[in-house]
Amino acid sequence: MKFSLGAIQYFWPRDVVMNFYQQAAESSVDIVYLGETVCSKRRELKFDDYLAIAHSLREAGKQVCLSTMTLLEAPSELRELRRYCDQGEFLIEANDVGAIAYLQEHKLPFVAGSAISCYNQYTLRHLMNRGMNRWVMPVELSREWLTQLLQQPLVKDVRDCLEVEVFAFGHMPLAWSGRCFTARSENRPKDQCELVCIQYPEGRPVSSQEGQQVFVLNGIQTQSGSRYNLINQLPSMQGIVDVVRLSPQLMGTFDWLEKFRANRFGQAPQPLAKNDSNGYWLALAGLVQQLD
Amino acid sequence: MELLCPAGSMPALKAAIEQGADAVYVGLKDETNARHFAGLNLDEASLKEAVRYVHQQQRKLHVAINTFAHADTFQVWQNAVDVAVRAGADVLILADIAMLAYAAERYPQVEVHLSVQASATNAAAIEFYQQFGVKRVVLPRVLSMNQVRSLARSTSVDLEVFAFGSLCIMAEGRCYLSSYLTGESPNTVGACSPAKFVRWDEGDEGTLESRLNNILIDRFAPEETAGYPTLCKGRFQVGNDTYHALEEPTSLNTLSLLPELYQEGIASLKIEGRQRSPAYVSQITRVWRQAIDSVMADASRFQVQQEWDRVLADLSEGRQTTLGAYHRKWK
Repeated sequence: MKFSLGAIQYFWPRDVVMNFYQQAAESSVDIVYLGETVCSKRRELKFDDYLAIAHSLREAGKQVCLSTMTLLEAPSELRELRRYCDQGEFLIEANDVGAIAYLQEHKLPFVAGSAISCYNQYTLRHLMNRGMNRWVMPVELSREWLTQLLQQPLVKDVRDCLEVEVFAFGHMPLAWSGRCFTARSENRPKDQCELVCIQYPEGRPVSSQEGQQVFVLNGIQTQSGSRYNLINQLPSMQGIVDVVRLSPQLMGTFDWLEKFRANRFGQAPQPLAKNDSNGYWLALAGLVQQLD
Repeated sequence: MELLCPAGSMPALKAAIEQGADAVYVGLKDETNARHFAGLNLDEASLKEAVRYVHQQQRKLHVAINTFAHADTFQVWQNAVDVAVRAGADVLILADIAMLAYAAERYPQVEVHLSVQASATNAAAIEFYQQFGVKRVVLPRVLSMNQVRSLARSTSVDLEVFAFGSLCIMAEGRCYLSSYLTGESPNTVGACSPAKFVRWDEGDEGTLESRLNNILIDRFAPEETAGYPTLCKGRFQVGNDTYHALEEPTSLNTLSLLPELYQEGIASLKIEGRQRSPAYVSQITRVWRQAIDSVMADASRFQVQQEWDRVLADLSEGRQTTLGAYHRKWK
């Protein structure tokens, strides 16, 4: 079982990002995903900056993947996507099928991110035929769904050519819109957002009128209000999940990485915080926290 | 420019045809389509009847099979495609790569449209799906008019856009908000904010509370109109404010964009609402038929008639309409 750090979902100032990847280089993490996946207006770091970080992480012994945008709308966003897909040096995480179309032109392998709709063995095989060598399961799927999928003969035949990755820690990306909800929360139009997301390095919490945190606003992305935390489910991933993903949080990501590593076989279970959830993996509503 | 209307039943289908729809789209009575609601949709026998009726009137029937197949019950989706083809449907509306591949291999002669649930928002994504021979792409409701225009000018496939109806504000097919709150989503069960999780509670002083799986979605004052608790249209707290944090209860209405959509060669205008009544379908279809006829007669002199706006506003969520993402200000 390997551990990965997903791309930073929030808009952090440049020095915070640099500091984070310095820690990543010194940490025990196996795989690091890098790049802007939410909003193309967030440009504290540019393509060349990410490449430089990628090189230094690789020198530190990490496998590096470049993550690409999820909701691609403008031609300028496609041009930027093409730069990532054309560089050829680092593996790409495709978060939209548009990236897969570009990578196919070069016959390059790819990781399919969790926002690619892959729910069954035929779609999985199709993506593998196109070069997918790692599959990040959609966040809404359960252990049961994954097990059923992996049991299909069509998948069993090629299982050793595929790594399965599961988003296991952090606020889950649940939706993407043409609208920017963070700008809206400040009464600004998206065109004049003034990059207000940078003031919310953990996103903006959204609560019901009874005070229950339901979502987190992160620009055009809506995240789960709860922090997904599958630390105590790691033993149930043995044999079916190859890579466990932690999504970078502003605080404590690397402490959690060590806690996760320590509990791979259930030797060091952790108490969950009040706002932690594990429902999706257990085939329940995503926001549910089920105690063992 | 085609007028494509929704039907969740035979009476709705007939209403759409009678009022001048060029084509009607339906779903089967199971989890293979994104309006899998009790009492809605057609079984195999009524689908055959629908095809017969629509073809008699020389119109077209599209069948939406636009959820994502499950690993252990894959044959349910395969069967849906087989049933639709056997019944003589003119078009399959598909989203799952597995189903696109199946239809392309098994029924290469059948016209396939890429469902909005496939979430193709850009030229590269459309290029990806062209390997399955899709003839038309239904665009998600997240694009601005400028972006629609740029796609229309750069792609060789036909484009279909949503013209009117409930407004989905997230990139369709990639929204998991519903399963986050209830365990069931459009992708996995074919429903958003499913009715079985809805509860209405009387609050203090005549207020009404709408809940989804026990989570408070909205609270209405006695004089307010209470809408269905679609989770992205509730009132929530952000900072010190309580407001419609994601979107207001409102319907998409693109009447004023008709000349532009027509000039850009948009192949089809889709009306949302398979879950709506035959009377609703009838009124909406009548308005859009008149509007499309008017724009096709002379786009330069097209004007939205007040009567159309009045009818559409009456049939809208919260009696409000919006241009949604087509208009920059909405974003």
